[in-house]
Amino acid sequence: MTEFVDTAAEAVASVSNGATVLLGGFGNAGQPMELIDALMESGATDLTVVNNNAGQADAGLALLIKERRVAKIICSFPRQSDSWHFDEAYRAGEIELELVPQGNLAERLRAGGAGIGGFFTPTGYGTELAAGKETREIEGRHYVLEAPIRGDFALIKAYAADPYGNLVYRKTARNFGPVMATAATHTIVQVDEVLEEALDPEAIITPSIYTDTIVGIPTGSGTKQREEREALAAGRRKPCLATKTAAELAAEK
Amino acid sequence: MSTETFRTTETPLTQDELAHAIAEDIAPGSFVNLGIGQPTTVSNYLSPEKQVTLHTENGMLGFGPKALGEQVDEDLINAGKIPVTELPGAAYFHHADSFAMMRGGHLDVCVLGAYQVSASGDLANWSTGKPGAIPAVGGAMDLAIGAKDTYVMMDLFTKKGDRKLLPECTFPLTGVGCVSRIYADMGVFLLDGSGIVKVRELHGISLEDVRDRHPGVEFETL
Repeated sequence: MTEFVDTAAEAVASVSNGATVLLGGFGNAGQPMELIDALMESGATDLTVVNNNAGQADAGLALLIKERRVAKIICSFPRQSDSWHFDEAYRAGEIELELVPQGNLAERLRAGGAGIGGFFTPTGYGTELAAGKETREIEGRHYVLEAPIRGDFALIKAYAADPYGNLVYRKTARNFGPVMATAATHTIVQVDEVLEEALDPEAIITPSIYTDTIVGIPTGSGTKQREEREALAAGRRKPCLATKTAAELAAEK
Repeated sequence: MSTETFRTTETPLTQDELAHAIAEDIAPGSFVNLGIGQPTTVSNYLSPEKQVTLHTENGMLGFGPKALGEQVDEDLINAGKIPVTELPGAAYFHHADSFAMMRGGHLDVCVLGAYQVSASGDLANWSTGKPGAIPAVGGAMDLAIGAKDTYVMMDLFTKKGDRKLLPECTFPLTGVGCVSRIYADMGVFLLDGSGIVKVRELHGISLEDVRDRHPGVEFETL
């Protein structure tokens, strides 16, 4: 059963010290900023964080790193023009970095969520990021053995959840969300919109089996999103892909 | 595709001419990933009639030009985190699907920048191996091996005059034997894994000079 809570603080309350936390997002798109802020407030520390980047500017993950709450980060692209908090922690030897090619990161998470014990991938073969790893030649091509990644928690952002805990995402904000949702013991989701009706089953991207805790937070930062939410609120169009509830369908029969 | 016969011009290609030349060689209907930076300029020369679909590894096929003004949507960005637009027929998918699409050989062409390329097609484009530098790889290693053809877009020499086409790369590798063509300001070179570089075009440099400035690399004209 998916639990719905009212605040980001409640949503992340169970994240404990030393946990491995999968954080969704690619750049700002799909980044569960309010959940990360709540994690900051919660005081959880000694975390292992899995994210594509290592925080930007003075917000979200960058602040967790600044406060030395992240012991280790597994990511593909830590260095950015505004990753100064990571840069400082890394140069001071105060954060461990596991650098993973982006596609390997996604596939390791997928494997983690799918019960796959490892996989041979051509990505990285012959490079220093494959150093010390088992390799195999399969039908004339060289592959590297990569291990799955699982998290104790995933913190992701989706566009809308239905009352059953099913999710849809929005445009390129989908990115790591669906695979991270599968790869964590406890998946925490912030959504812009909690719908009153069930989503169209054909349109669901993350089925409710993968979601544990959902909090509705209209983020309001993007104009397009705001317009869509206002349209929803004003009843100018049907809620995002929603169909009738099971109860309504039964009543019609 | 342009005709595959050796040709020369007097002056090196400008960046725009180079982007245009690459776009000309991309077959109609192709699925293409253009790497961050200079390779993105290739899209300026892909005519809509060619129906080339652009892939971005953060989970989209069919993105259009950069978004301007009111078009900007924070949920619609490319791999360079630049706001882009959506073309009819576009599709969204998650990261694992996006890289599976790449790794699985479904993309026709990937165009990447490079620090160095070896005569056998090894690519170095993610790190110069400088001590103390903060490493970052992103999707570079996945992109390098993830298309049917990997084209490199670069200058033939660095600003200091060092060659970038070498018998062996000296910088950390991104991928082994993955580059099939080099589109450089001074020429177009085809790599087939044999170690012998086939010269298709030269611009502002003679074959003799190319050979002189690349000891240890064997060249043949088409």
